[in-house]
Amino acid sequence: MADMILVVVEQREGRLNRVSWETLTAGQALAAETGWPLEAAIVGSGVGSLANEVASKKVGKVYDIESAKLEPYTPDAFAAGLKQFLESMQPKLVLMPHTYQVRDFAPKLTTAMGRTVISDCIGYKKDGNKLVFTRQMFQGKLAADVSFTCDPPWFVTFQNGAFRGDNVEAGASAAPVETINVEIGDNIIRNKPHEVFKEAKQAVDLTQAEIIVAVGRGIKEQKNIEIAKRLAEALGGEIAASRPICDSGWLPMDRQIGSSGQTVAPKLYLALGISGAIQHIVGMKGARTIIAVNKDSEAPIFEIADYAVVGNLFDVVPPLIEEIKKAKAGA
Amino acid sequence: MKILVCMKQVPQKDAPLKLSEARTWIREDVSYEVNEPDAYALEEALRQKEKHSGEVVVITAGPARAQQVLREALAKGADRAIHLEDSAFVGLDAFNTARAFASAIKDEKFDLIFTGLQSDDYGYAQTGVMLAELLGWPHATIIMQIEKTDSGIKVKRELEAGYFQFVDMPLPAVLTIQSGINKLRYATLIGIKQAKNKPLRKVTLAEVQSAIGENLQQIERLYVPQKTKNTEFLDGPPAEIAKKLAEKLRNEVRVL
Repeated sequence: MADMILVVVEQREGRLNRVSWETLTAGQALAAETGWPLEAAIVGSGVGSLANEVASKKVGKVYDIESAKLEPYTPDAFAAGLKQFLESMQPKLVLMPHTYQVRDFAPKLTTAMGRTVISDCIGYKKDGNKLVFTRQMFQGKLAADVSFTCDPPWFVTFQNGAFRGDNVEAGASAAPVETINVEIGDNIIRNKPHEVFKEAKQAVDLTQAEIIVAVGRGIKEQKNIEIAKRLAEALGGEIAASRPICDSGWLPMDRQIGSSGQTVAPKLYLALGISGAIQHIVGMKGARTIIAVNKDSEAPIFEIADYAVVGNLFDVVPPLIEEIKKAKAGA
Repeated sequence: MKILVCMKQVPQKDAPLKLSEARTWIREDVSYEVNEPDAYALEEALRQKEKHSGEVVVITAGPARAQQVLREALAKGADRAIHLEDSAFVGLDAFNTARAFASAIKDEKFDLIFTGLQSDDYGYAQTGVMLAELLGWPHATIIMQIEKTDSGIKVKRELEAGYFQFVDMPLPAVLTIQSGINKLRYATLIGIKQAKNKPLRKVTLAEVQSAIGENLQQIERLYVPQKTKNTEFLDGPPAEIAKKLAEKLRNEVRVL
């Protein structure tokens, strides 16, 4: 058992997912904290050039785990390829980004290895000699420090945005890259994936909006969306929503903000009746100013709000629209 | 098609949570509801059964209160239910929960198992995939559409940033279902009446004990997250709040 930290970066269809830099940043911080060496791995078919890209960062070594069967992505092949590699390497800690792809194969991999994964973490702490990983629970209302009670390898996935990808340290010189050819049996891949596609072109590009008024469950009924639309209109902004509103068909899917929708960073994000589940917050926490109106004083949205109103949005929004109109008329 | 739907009872979304004395879990005295993605998983199972006939079975693990989730599912049209009843199930990690489920259904023959894509309490997003691995079945996650084909099923996976992918896969299989895959139905009065006579099998902790082990991870402490932002709370009557907000929009945010 080597006291080693291994970051598994993510590539999809031959392109490095930017969130990989965040995980590598986390790995560098943990390496500094523990003194354990840091190495990285990439999994795919013909991804050597991406391995070289990772090798330019401050990392001891990069493994390029290769098999023709690793393209296109399937959970069967990824779990099998990584299991083979990890069982021979026996790292202490395996870090991955909490992406849809990792969510798809990591629980399978850890189960096959008789291990566990502490998923969707936002940070770590050193608790005496024990490493604990912090994750959000109950939709972000509470946080938990979680530890491993099993033997390594320990698996951790980090939430998108938990670390700054642009803080990743470059290496003094390129790290060595070792190609590992894994054997993946002919009949282990059961899923046959088709091409990845994008649903009909997005009608609205919310990423370009300066001002966004977003509604959540607190809007209660479809007809109440009107009041939010009037506020957006008064401000000259776009209307958007959290997932449940689009799921209900109250606003089209292309108005959805969050991990499964658009990621925005407007000048102003006004959240009406949005509790602030993690999946929503990752899509808007980059906003310069966040104003939140919610009747639940414990709503996680208030954790990241600059201005907070604990109250009924139906009481606050109508007079706010009038005030805005007044201000604009006076300007 | 014989479909099993794994469901979980979780605290209501806007219920105020209090920490337990040990500060490793919450106090039990809150209101509960069905985990939202699980409700969509159940709806999808009912729709598949209506199309292809078969049976829908629902399963949950938790104390007596969790039976409510099963009763509601039976009222909506599920045929029977399995309740792993013990408060200890609440504290199991995802691996152990998956092992307990696998053990409880070992004599059944399902074509499909559905779970919600993640739970609103732990939010690990693991149990379904682990169950597939334990059963030796293929799986697919974050599913937005399911069609039966000659050789199995064709599912639509949601990927990030508006991307999707169709995947062909054989049966039996485990699918984790995304919220919004369908429109939820309400239970009818007749359904609620009929639910009372539908079979509900109880499974004790002792019956699955040999299949599970020590948790592989544990919560050291649970706490209210520290604020990272300096939030200014605006209060007063609505008209006053509106004035204050407009003032901030003009002078601080500078959008007016």
